[in-house]
Amino acid sequence: MTGGKKTKIIKEIIVNVDKCTGCRSCEMACSAFHSVPKYSSLNPARARIRVYMDETKDLYVPIRAGDYTQAECNGRNSYTIAGKEYSQCTFCPAACPSRDYFKEPDSGLPLKCDMCEDIPPLEEPMCVQACKFDALTYVERETEVVHEEVQRGEMEAGIASLINRFGAKSVREAVARATKH
Amino acid sequence: MRYGATGVNLEIDLSRGNIEKVETDPKMTELFLGGQGAGAKILWDRVPPDTDPFSPENLLIFSAGLLHATPVPGANRVAVNTFSPQTNLMSHSLMGGFFGPEMKHAGYDQIIIRGKASDLVYLYIHNDTVEIRDATHLRGKGCTETGDLLKEELKDDKVQVAAIGLAGENRVYTASIDHGHSSAARGVGVIMGDKRLKAIAVRGTKDINIAHPAELFDISMKMHKRISESEGCGDWMAYDEDDSFHHNHFAWGNARVRRIDFWSDELQERWTKLKYDHMDRQTSCYNCPKNCRNVIKWPGRRRFGYKCYGKDTYHMAAFKELDFSYDILGVAQEYGLDSYSTPQVIAFGIELYDAGILTDKDMPDFPEDSGDRVWYLMEKIVRREGIGDILADGVSLAAKRIGNGAEQYDHNTVKGFEQLPIKLGKVNPAYFLMIATGEKMSITQIEGSFPQDPIRDMKERQAFVDKWDAVPDQKFKDYFMNWEKRNLMPTQAFCDIVDWNEAMHYIDDSIGLCGFVSSFRGQFGGDIAYHINNIPEFIALATGMEMDKSILWKDFQRIRNLVRAVNVRRGLRRKDERPPEDHWAVRDEEMEQNLLTEYYKFKGWNDQGVPTQETLKSLDLEFIAEDLVERGILDENGNTPVENEPAVIEKN
Ligand code: SF4
Ligand code: SF4
Ligand code: SF4
Repeated sequence: MTGGKKTKIIKEIIVNVDKCTGCRSCEMACSAFHSVPKYSSLNPARARIRVYMDETKDLYVPIRAGDYTQAECNGRNSYTIAGKEYSQCTFCPAACPSRDYFKEPDSGLPLKCDMCEDIPPLEEPMCVQACKFDALTYVERETEVVHEEVQRGEMEAGIASLINRFGAKSVREAVARATKH
Repeated sequence: MRYGATGVNLEIDLSRGNIEKVETDPKMTELFLGGQGAGAKILWDRVPPDTDPFSPENLLIFSAGLLHATPVPGANRVAVNTFSPQTNLMSHSLMGGFFGPEMKHAGYDQIIIRGKASDLVYLYIHNDTVEIRDATHLRGKGCTETGDLLKEELKDDKVQVAAIGLAGENRVYTASIDHGHSSAARGVGVIMGDKRLKAIAVRGTKDINIAHPAELFDISMKMHKRISESEGCGDWMAYDEDDSFHHNHFAWGNARVRRIDFWSDELQERWTKLKYDHMDRQTSCYNCPKNCRNVIKWPGRRRFGYKCYGKDTYHMAAFKELDFSYDILGVAQEYGLDSYSTPQVIAFGIELYDAGILTDKDMPDFPEDSGDRVWYLMEKIVRREGIGDILADGVSLAAKRIGNGAEQYDHNTVKGFEQLPIKLGKVNPAYFLMIATGEKMSITQIEGSFPQDPIRDMKERQAFVDKWDAVPDQKFKDYFMNWEKRNLMPTQAFCDIVDWNEAMHYIDDSIGLCGFVSSFRGQFGGDIAYHINNIPEFIALATGMEMDKSILWKDFQRIRNLVRAVNVRRGLRRKDERPPEDHWAVRDEEMEQNLLTEYYKFKGWNDQGVPTQETLKSLDLEFIAEDLVERGILDENGNTPVENEPAVIEKN
C-alpha cells in the first residue's frame, strides 16, 4: 500500500421511485444482456434488477442485486416515506433466503449487479437504457480513494454461497476435479 | 425445439381435479399463431356447438400471445376466450399487465379450464408445480384484494394473479376478470365464476427459446425507443386532459342523450386538478415504454387504475361528473365489473324505472338522485339481489325477461352485447360494416388503422400519406388522397379499409400486442409503431417460422374465418349483423344491405355471412368446410339454407 491518493470512477445508478411505472423493461433488458451467449434468452427471473411492485400500496421500487446473504434479517423494520409504508426488504439488495430475488432460477446461485461491465464498455448500463421514464439514471463521478475496498465480484459471491451450501472442502474438491480436464 | 411458443398447454379439469401438461403440435402455431387464434381453434375442436355456456363442457381459455415473454415491447395482451351466456357466441377478451408473459415463463402457452369445482378454488402455478387449491377463504373478496391476499399467502410478490370479484362469483354476465389494474372485459368473468374458479396465481422463471435472439433483441430495443418517442402510440388521453371527444359526442345515460356543449375550459381545469390531486402515478404494462394507466387513490377506496374512456362510463351513465366515477370505480373494480357494459345496464334499469316499466315493487327504496341510483343498482347487480338478478344478465336478456315494453329500451346492443353509446347523424358505411360484422363485440376491437376522417388541407393530407408506412398497400394511400366526404367512397374502398382494420386486431390478439401500439392507434395520427410491414420480422425472428406480409395476412384470414365458423356453428347469421337501429339518425336500408352483401362476397362468405367451402379450403380450413357441410350449414353450392337458421340468438 503506497498511501498515495488515487482517484477512481464510481459508477452509480440513481433510482427515482416516483418515476417508475412498473414496466419491468429494466428486468427484461438486464436478463437478456447477461445471458450467455449475450441476448440468447431473456427471463426477468434472471435479472440483476427487480422491480418490487405493490399496486395497492403504490410502491414501485427497482432494486439492483447486491451481495448474497446467508440468513434473513431477524426483526425487520418498516419505514414510512412520503405517506407510504415500505418494509425494509423492499429496498434490500441482498440475495436472501427469505425470497427468491436475485437467484439463478436453475442453480439457486446468487446474482449480483455488475454494472454491465463489458468490453468495450456500454455507454450506459442496460437497465438504464431500457428505462424510458427516468426512474433509473446513470452517473459517473470521480472520487479519491484512500485504499481500495475489496469488492466481492459475482464469481466470489457465487463461490461463497456454494461453500455455504456444500462446505469448503467439497467445493475445493469439485474445483480441482473440474479444472483437471 | 420450439421457439417463441413453449409448446405446452396446461389442461385443468376442475370437476375431476385433473391436471395435465400437453405438448402441442407446432403446425397449430404456424396456422393459428397463439392468443385468440389458438383459443378459437381449441373451442372449435373441443366444444360442440350445442354446448350451453354454463355446461361443464364449456372451456375457459387463457391464451398467451405468440410474442409474449420475448423482448418485443408492448407484447402483453393475454386473450381470454370462452362461450358467453350473454351472446351465446365466443367471448373475446384481452387483459394487459403481466399475466400472459408470466404464463409463458411458467412454461405454458394456454391454460385451458374445463369442468366446475364444487366450491371456490384457485389455481396455483409455479413452473411445473400446478395445484388446485381451496379458495373458500377468498369468497367475496375483491379482485385486487384477492391478488394481494394470494401474494401474501404464497409469500411471493412476483406471482401474477387474475381473479374475479363478487360479480364473477355471482355469475353476473358483465363480470370481468381482473389482474391488478388490468381487466379482461366483455363477459368472461361469469364463466370463471361458474367454474367456481376464484383466481389463477401464476409464477414462472423459465426461459423462452428465441430463434434469432440477438437480432430480435436489437430490433426490439429500437422499437422500444420508437414507441417511447412516438406520439402516435399509447393512450394520448393519459396526458391530454381535453376529453371533449367522449363527453360531447358519446351519448349519456342509457346511450340516450348527447350533450354537445358539455365540455368547457372551466370544467377541464377543474377535472385536471381533480385528477392530479388524486393520481399517484401512471403505470405501464409489461415491457412497454408507455404509461397509459392512471392510478387513482380516492378517499376511503382502494386504489384503482383506468385508461382512456374507462373513467367516463359511470358518470356518463349517471349524468354526473368525474368525482362520481372516481368514487365508484375503485369499488366496481373490486367487484370485478366490466366498466363499459355495466354502467349501460344500470342506466337501462334507471330508464325503465322512469318509464314506469320497473316500479317501486321491483326497486324498493329506489333513491331520487341519479348517482345514488347507479350505486343502488350496482350493489343489487353484483349480488343478484331482487331486480339485480335480472339486470345482471345484461341489457338484451334483461329486456326480454322484464318484457312489458322493456325491449324498446334495449336499443344499443349488437349480437346481444352492449355497444359504445354512439349516436350519430348519417350512416357511415365503414362503421356500418364494422359494427355489423365485428365478432369481438366492440367497435374498439375492429376499428383502428384507417383514419376516421379525411384531412381537409391537401398539403397536410399529402404529408400524412408520405410518411404513412403502416399501409399494407398503395391503394390505401390513394383512397385517403381521394377521400372527400366521410361517408363517400367506392364500396371496394370501404371493404378494403374494414378488412385492414380488422386484420390488425386479429394479428395483435394472436401474437399478444397491445392495440395502443398497433391495431387501434393508427387511426389517430397514422404514426403507429407496429404494422403489417414490420410485424412479420418480429414473428420470424422470435419463432423461426417462415413469415412475411402475405403469410401473415393469410394467417389473419384463417383466424378470422375460424372465429366466424365457431360462431356460425352456434347460429350466427346475417340477421344478427345489424348495428343498433338508432346508431345513426338517417339510415338507408337498401344501401346497407347491398353493402353487406358486397362485403360478404369480398370476405369469401355467402349471403348469410358463412364462409364458403372455397374460402375455407384456400385457408387450410377444409375440416371446417366438411363440418359445416355435414351439419347442413353449407350446401354443395356454398349456400346456407335459410330455414337452417338455428336462431340461437333470438332478436325480437
Ligand atoms: S447495471 Fe447492468 S447488471 Fe446491473 S441491474 Fe442494470 S442491467 Fe443489470
Ligand atoms: S424500466 Fe424504469 S420505469 Fe420501468 S420498471 Fe424499470 S425502473 Fe421502473
Ligand atoms: S401502450 Fe399502454 S396499454 Fe398498451 S401495453 Fe403499453 S402501457 Fe399498456
